[in-house]
Amino acid sequence: MILSVVEQFPVLVVVISLLSAFTILIAGWLNKKSCWFLSFSTILVQLVMSVFILNHVLTIGTIHYWLGGWAPPWGIEYVVDALNAYVLVILLSLALICVTYSKRSIAHELPHKIVPFYTVYQLLVTGLCGVVVTGDIFNMYVFVEIFSLSAYALIASRGKIALKASFTYLVLGSIGACFFLLGIGFLYSVTGTLNMHDLSVLLPPLYGNKVVLAAFGFFTVGLSIKMALFPLHTWLPDAHSFAPSEISAMLSGIIIEVSTYAFIRVCFSVYTVNFIKLLPIFDFLCWIAALGIIIGSVLAIAQYNLKRMLAYSSVSQMGYIMLAVGLSTSTHHALWGGLTPALMHILNHALMKGCLFLVAGAFIYKAELWNITDFKGLGRKMPYTCAAFTLAAISMIGVPPSVGFVSKLYIILASLEAGKFIFVAVMLLSTLLNLVYFWRVIEMMYMRREEREKESHSHPPANKNEIPLSMLIPVLTLASLCIIFGILWLTEIPIPILDQVNALFGLGRYAAP
Amino acid sequence: MIVESIRPLLAILCPAIGSILIILFSKRPNIRESWTMLASIAQFLIIFSMISTIIEGNIIKCTFFTAFPGVDFGFRIDAFGLIFAITSTFLWILVSSYSIGYMRSLHEHAQTRYYFCFAWAIFGAVGVALSGNLLTMFIFYEILTVSTYPLVAHDQTPEALFAGRKYLAYLLSSGCFFLAAVVLTYHFAGTTDFMNGGISTLAEASRGALMALFALFLLGFMKAAWMPFHSWLPTAMAAPTPVSALLHAVAVVKAGVFGIVRVVCYIYGVDLMHGLGLGLALACLATFTIIVANLFALAQDNLKRRLAYSTINQLSLIIFGVALLSPAGIEGAMMHIPFHGFMKITLFMCAGAIMVVTGKKNISEMAGIGKKMPVTMITFTIGALGMCALPPTAGYVTHHFFVHGCEEAGGTMSFFPYILLIAAILDVMYFFPIIYTAFFEKSEEGGGSKIKDAPLFMLVPIAITATCSIIFFFYPDLFHISELVETAVQSLGGVHP
Repeated sequence: MILSVVEQFPVLVVVISLLSAFTILIAGWLNKKSCWFLSFSTILVQLVMSVFILNHVLTIGTIHYWLGGWAPPWGIEYVVDALNAYVLVILLSLALICVTYSKRSIAHELPHKIVPFYTVYQLLVTGLCGVVVTGDIFNMYVFVEIFSLSAYALIASRGKIALKASFTYLVLGSIGACFFLLGIGFLYSVTGTLNMHDLSVLLPPLYGNKVVLAAFGFFTVGLSIKMALFPLHTWLPDAHSFAPSEISAMLSGIIIEVSTYAFIRVCFSVYTVNFIKLLPIFDFLCWIAALGIIIGSVLAIAQYNLKRMLAYSSVSQMGYIMLAVGLSTSTHHALWGGLTPALMHILNHALMKGCLFLVAGAFIYKAELWNITDFKGLGRKMPYTCAAFTLAAISMIGVPPSVGFVSKLYIILASLEAGKFIFVAVMLLSTLLNLVYFWRVIEMMYMRREEREKESHSHPPANKNEIPLSMLIPVLTLASLCIIFGILWLTEIPIPILDQVNALFGLGRYAAP
Repeated sequence: MIVESIRPLLAILCPAIGSILIILFSKRPNIRESWTMLASIAQFLIIFSMISTIIEGNIIKCTFFTAFPGVDFGFRIDAFGLIFAITSTFLWILVSSYSIGYMRSLHEHAQTRYYFCFAWAIFGAVGVALSGNLLTMFIFYEILTVSTYPLVAHDQTPEALFAGRKYLAYLLSSGCFFLAAVVLTYHFAGTTDFMNGGISTLAEASRGALMALFALFLLGFMKAAWMPFHSWLPTAMAAPTPVSALLHAVAVVKAGVFGIVRVVCYIYGVDLMHGLGLGLALACLATFTIIVANLFALAQDNLKRRLAYSTINQLSLIIFGVALLSPAGIEGAMMHIPFHGFMKITLFMCAGAIMVVTGKKNISEMAGIGKKMPVTMITFTIGALGMCALPPTAGYVTHHFFVHGCEEAGGTMSFFPYILLIAAILDVMYFFPIIYTAFFEKSEEGGGSKIKDAPLFMLVPIAITATCSIIFFFYPDLFHISELVETAVQSLGGVHP
């Protein structure tokens, strides 16, 4: 079998990332400064590759790569279709943005841990890429463990209280991974194969089998912990708030989404739509997600630490994604049918939450500002950063024409089509709750006067104190993408990619009548 | 006939580009303000240039892309939309000039933010006026809400911050209802385009669903400040006066009323409204607000708050006009949008002028102010006469239409003129004391005979709007408004008593 260059890329994306991780460790001994350049250039190359992969998948078709030339189901197979290619591009774009941002902030925050930071960061990216490209379920588990372990280490990197946060995540994350592994074991015991495509062929006759059902239960619960779906989200607030900010951005923006990706993969590639329709599991998921949306937001309102607030907001946003996933089997419209709203929100959430966490990091970088009440007058001191925050925050609230608005609209339309009016109400209520906790911050930044100013009543010229350009550019890029993508989604330009995913799984308008 | 044109896009871009230039020149106030003026004048000229096409009975369309099957993102300018657009853009020019006088006299802080947000608010308001379907309208409606928040909370005092929060809480919640209504309309009818005489496919939905949908729409248009969801408006008076003048007498609140008229005439259609019996319900809601708002107004001592309650009253008058579902009623409603705009903005600008010159906000302190600021108080009197629907002002013209509309509608509706009469008497009861205090009571401070009126930047716009309010009485076709109104009502087609 002769492969074109692009068809080699799925494996290269993982391999160069892994090799780069070790190279960074060795090069870091010689010269600390080289770490960032190595990490940055590796991720840049990966991103370019992933764009080629996406293009190939959309124009030519699914890529199959057999590791070591062993044909599946014996060997490990990497399969890249529209779904993984899309997630891969999002993942690497955010990783690139975060690594750009980290140059100055890590030098400031963890000056003694630069080498280990970039080594582990690169491992994290490796794990995430691996989960996304693989077509073998056991291989997926291995990569889930790689990225989880890297994440535990990165969360703990600040020491002190972060250690506790990391440990909580480690315990819960390991339970999740164990469940996932148990699920794989169950499936292996009844089918004797680990290849996803092979499984999907062998499983249908066994759909009534208790072992297969139990395996699905294990997958669902295990991955729900990993993606912090309410009520299994308890590890998330600590982990997100104590990690270095670029890691918080990655955690919230992409790591939990990659677990969602894994869940979607298991549901539709290992099991199929026909299996999902046998069980009321997706209806149940919708309700859980709706609860998560509301409770996540309510808890966010109660926080005064910005990063914790954002973390709870992530719980609520994961609810959006899972609500959309839950509705995917009951909607058939060409636009908002199937997985489209869910996948759309994966990208949108990565943009918004990435931006918000990076801004939170900027406040910490400049003045160790953690609490919302300390943000008085920041709007004048850090105008660009605050403007970025405002853009991302109004996206979260869902003011048009931002990405948040489009997600909201699509999910509402999907709930209407599914005949679940209650979820329309949930989405609208969530808008208001988002308004409450985000507007508080905006008001504090722009509208509250500082004590000193109140006394004098004069307005001293704003002494600007912006973050360095290498941090500002990533923040502003994400913020402007929040609006640009909002308009792009409305024009339906990127929809064909998601439509291909629906075609792949027989969802949306491709659903069998 | 449908004409494709990019003029709507150009018009909407004026404030957007203007806002960027305002930010860029934040260090040089004179250049910054001239950008505001330039943007406003350019926008008005572009909007004005569309009138001739529209009066011939054409509709200008400008479509960008299809957001959903059956829902394009784009503009569709008809006579009614143009009326609102002309009002907002013309008054923006005047208020820009007034703002310069006001903000500089009071040495206000954060002026760049003020002009920037003002431009975006106009962007939203004109977008609402020009949009061709509910979804587009919703997008601009929300932009309008968010961009006005920094203007309401401008003072940054605890009181202003509270006003800002209340403003957002009310208006963004109402945005949620609006969104739900838009989506449901799309769900029922498969389109959200404004059509002359209503969307025909909407009638297929069940009666109960349509009633509920209408309630959602009304909640969505809380910007129209109908009671009992009005209390954000008096609170929002914490904003600087130019903001109260343009946004809370014209752009923002009229966007709400405009939306209601759009929904009644262009989404539901008059026939369907008749069929559902919603006209009477809406008329009752409106008359309730008209009377109660006037009673509230009687009790206010703060001039701006009194004007705010008067605004609530007048807004419901417009809703009332359209609720009559008769040609004259709708004509009156459409005409009252610009007419009330001109009169109320005069009153607000006078209130601001008094505050700038004397620092007084309460009516009880204004004894003898008419001798000190004669021009301001004479224009104020003109505006007040308009509010009381007395000749020779624009208010009389529209009330004539309303009464005629009631006759046309017949049945229960023919009782409503009496309520309008009571409302007008109440108007007189709270406006004439102000005039009396200003001109005939003696100032306690004494020695107030010296004439010291407001700066020219402020006085000229006030004089222009006051003059317009009178010209409208003799010649309602100024700015082609009565022609546009006739075109709009004729194009509605099936309006019959």
